[in-house]
Amino acid sequence: MTRQMSGAKMVVQALRDQGVDTVFGYPGGAVLPIYDEIFLQNDIRHILVRHEQGAVHAAEGYARSTGKVGVVLVTSGPGATNAVTGLTDALMDSIPIVVLTGQVPTFMIGNDAFQEADTVGITRPCTKHNWLVKDTAKLSDTIHQAFHVARSGRPGPVLVDIPKDVQFASADYVGPKQARTSHYQPQVKGDPQEIKRLVEMIESAERPIFYTGGGVINSGPAASQLLRELVDATGFPITSTLMGLGAYPASGKNWLGMLGMHGLYEANLAMHGCDLMINIGARFDDRITGRVQDFSPGSKRAHIDIDPSSINKVIRTDVPIIGDVAHVLEDLLRLWKAGGRKTNRQAVAKWWEKIESWRAIDCLAFKPSEATIKPQYALTRLEALTRDRDRYICTEVGQHQMWAAQYLGFEDPNRWMTSGGLGTMGYGTPASIGVQVAHPDALVINVAGEASWLMNMQEMGTAVQYRLPVKQFILNNERLGMVRQWQELLHGERYSQSWSEALPDFVKLAEAFGCKGILCKDPADLDDAIMEMLDYDGPVIFDCLVEKHENCFPMIPSGEPHNKMLLGENASTKDAIGTSGAVLV
Amino acid sequence: MSALKIKKGTSKHSAYDLRDPHAAPEETHTLAVLVDNEAGVLARVIGLFSGRGYNIESLTVAEVDHTGHRSRITVVTTGTPGVIDQIKAQLGRMVPVHEVHDLTSEGPAVERELSLFKVAGTGEKRIEALRLAEIFRANVVDSTLDSFVFEITGTPQKIDAFAELMRPLGLVEMARTGVAALSRGAA
Ligand SMILES: Cc1ncc(C[n+]2csc(CCOP(=O)(O)OP(=O)(O)O)c2C)c(N)n1
Ligand SMILES: [Mg+2]
Repeated sequence: MTRQMSGAKMVVQALRDQGVDTVFGYPGGAVLPIYDEIFLQNDIRHILVRHEQGAVHAAEGYARSTGKVGVVLVTSGPGATNAVTGLTDALMDSIPIVVLTGQVPTFMIGNDAFQEADTVGITRPCTKHNWLVKDTAKLSDTIHQAFHVARSGRPGPVLVDIPKDVQFASADYVGPKQARTSHYQPQVKGDPQEIKRLVEMIESAERPIFYTGGGVINSGPAASQLLRELVDATGFPITSTLMGLGAYPASGKNWLGMLGMHGLYEANLAMHGCDLMINIGARFDDRITGRVQDFSPGSKRAHIDIDPSSINKVIRTDVPIIGDVAHVLEDLLRLWKAGGRKTNRQAVAKWWEKIESWRAIDCLAFKPSEATIKPQYALTRLEALTRDRDRYICTEVGQHQMWAAQYLGFEDPNRWMTSGGLGTMGYGTPASIGVQVAHPDALVINVAGEASWLMNMQEMGTAVQYRLPVKQFILNNERLGMVRQWQELLHGERYSQSWSEALPDFVKLAEAFGCKGILCKDPADLDDAIMEMLDYDGPVIFDCLVEKHENCFPMIPSGEPHNKMLLGENASTKDAIGTSGAVLV
Repeated sequence: MSALKIKKGTSKHSAYDLRDPHAAPEETHTLAVLVDNEAGVLARVIGLFSGRGYNIESLTVAEVDHTGHRSRITVVTTGTPGVIDQIKAQLGRMVPVHEVHDLTSEGPAVERELSLFKVAGTGEKRIEALRLAEIFRANVVDSTLDSFVFEITGTPQKIDAFAELMRPLGLVEMARTGVAALSRGAA
C-alpha cells in the first residue's frame, strides 16, 4: 500500500514508524513545514530546547540512558552549525542519534541564500553518514536508512538535510519494511577460531584482566549480563574506561575501578602487569594507554570490537575478534564452559594478592576538612545519600567529572552520561534534560563544574518549561580546575586565564529561571543541603562551594606509562613503592 | 602536596605521545574502492585521507556500473604497513563503500595511467620529440606547425620518464589521469 503525502508529513510518519516518541529541536524558516506537521499530531513529543547544541546533547542523554536512537530537528544555516559540537561528541562516543536539518530550497542551493550553509559538507567528518535529500520520493526511504545506520554496527550520529521544497512536495510514502535494505550490515558474530584461541588463553592466563569500554553498554543489556557472568565465573579482575562504567557493577567483587589518566592505582598497575588483557568494546584511547611503547609490556592482548578500524589502530592485538560484544561473549562463554570452565586458579589467586596490595594504598584517600568542602567529600556524600535511588548521573568536563567517575558507584549500564571522547564542556546540563525526559520519575543529577555549567545553562529554561526536575550539582571551585591543575603541574604554576571571575549568584540565577537554588559552603551543612535538593520536586541549581586548589589524583602525567602515577598526599605512597616495586615519579 | 614527586613545571610533554619510535618504513599501495556513486562520495573518501593525515599519491574515479550506480576509486597511497591497514579498515567501514581491495598485497596487478603532453618547437627539437614519442608508443592527437599533443599510456614510471625527455624539447604542459589498476588473472 502506498500513500501520497507531503515531505513534511513523511518526516513525522517515518519517525512514528521508527518508534520515536520524543524529538529535541528548535524551529526556523527552513523547517516550518515539518513543525506544522508536528503541531497537527500528538504521537511525538517535541522538546523545545534553548540552543541547538543543547538539542543534540539532550538527544545523546536520551539515547545513552535508553539504548534507543535520539532524534533532533533543527533549521538550516545557524541551526545546523550549532549542532556540530553535539554531532562530533556523539561520533566520538558512538551514540546513535538522527539529526534532521532544514535546508534552503533545492533551486536556491549554492546561491548563498538566506540561512544557507553547506550542512552535509560541514557535517561529513562529524557524522557516521549524512544525506542531502533532493527528491521527496526518496525522503522516507532515506530517513529509514538513517535510523538503520545510526543504530547498526558501531552506533553513531547521522544527519538528513531536507530542503524546504522537498518538504512541501508530495510523493509516495515508504514504510520501514519496504525501505531499500541497505548493504550496510556490519558483522556481529565473531570468528569462532579466534574466540577459541581466547578461550585457551583464558584457561592458562596467570595474570589476566578484563578491560571493558562503552562498546559493552552500546551492545545492550544482554552484553552487560554476559560480561557479569563471565567475570564472576572466571574470577578475573575487571577495570573499565570512563565510557564503560556500570557494565560491571561497582559493588561487584572483581571490580578494580576505572583505569586511565585519572584511573585507580590498582586498575592501572594491573593493566601494566597483566599477562592477558581482554579488551571488550574499548579502543585503547590515549587517556588509557599513556605512552604506547611502555603500555602493558608483558601482555598478550585480545580485542573484541564491532569496528574493524579500532583493531590494531593504537595497540597491536594478538587475538582480534570483530563482532558485537553480546554475540561474542555468548559464544565465548559457551565454549569456555564446554571446555570445563578451566582457569589457572592458583596463579590467578596470587595475582589477586598482588592487586590487593595495590588496592591497600587506597589511592582515593583524601583529607576531609572542617572548614571547606572537599570536592571528593561532596561526591562521597552525594553517593551515600543517593546510592539506593533510581539514579542517573550526567557530568560536565573537568576535575569534577573525574571525581564523579572515581567516587560514585555505578551498578547498572545506561546510568552514566559523560562526554568522554570529545570532552565537551556544556554537555551535562542538556544531557540531564534528555535523560529526565526519558525517565520522568528517576533522580537525574548533573555533576558539574561552574565553568562548564555556564556553557549551556540556558537549558534550565527547558527544564523549567517541561517540569523536568534535574538536579544541577555544581562543584564550584571558581576555577577552570582541570586547566589550573595542568598549569600547576606542567606550566610552572602560571595560571593563565584559568579562573572563573564574575560568576553569577547561582541562587538568584535559579530564582530567575523559576527553579530552586541552594548554596552550601560548610561541610557541616552538606548532608542537609543535599537532602533538600533531593526532596525538592523540581529543577535545582546547587552551588556547592568547594576547595579551590584541590588536584585530581591519581594522575598519570602526560607521556608517562601506567606505572608512573602521581598519587594524592593521602595515599600511602611509601607502601606503594615497597609492595609494587613500581617507580613512582 | 607532599607525595607529589614531580618537579613542578618540568614536564615538556603536552599530550600523550602515541608515536611509535620503531615504526616500519613506508610502502606504496594501490587500493581499489568500490562505492555507491552518490553525491559527495568522493569528498567523503578524500576527507577521510586529509582528516586522518593519510597520503594520496594519485586518485582516479569513474562510474563503472551504470545500472547499479557503482563507482571505482583507485587510490595510490603511502604509509607504514600499520597505516595502510588502518586506511583499508577506515575505508571499509564507510557506509557507501562496498569493497576495498589492496591490489599491491592481493597478488599481481596491472597499473596504467593515461596522459597528454603538449610539446612546442620547430626544427631538430620537433623531430626529436616525434622520434621519442614513437619509441614510447605515444600517439599524436593534435599537431600544428610548431606543436604536438601526444597521448601516452603506461605505468606512472614510464610517463615520468617520457616527461623528463620532453622537458628540454619544449614541453609546455601535461595532464595525467592518475592510476587505474586491475588485478591480473581471471578472478
Ligand atoms: C568546550 C570546551 N572548551 C574547553 C575545554 C578545555 N577544558 C577542559 S576542563 C576545563 C575546565 C573546566 O572547568 P569547570 O567546569 O569549572 O570544571 P573543574 O575542572 O573546575 O571541575 C577546560 C577549560 C573543554 N574541555 N571543552
Ligand atoms: Mg571549576
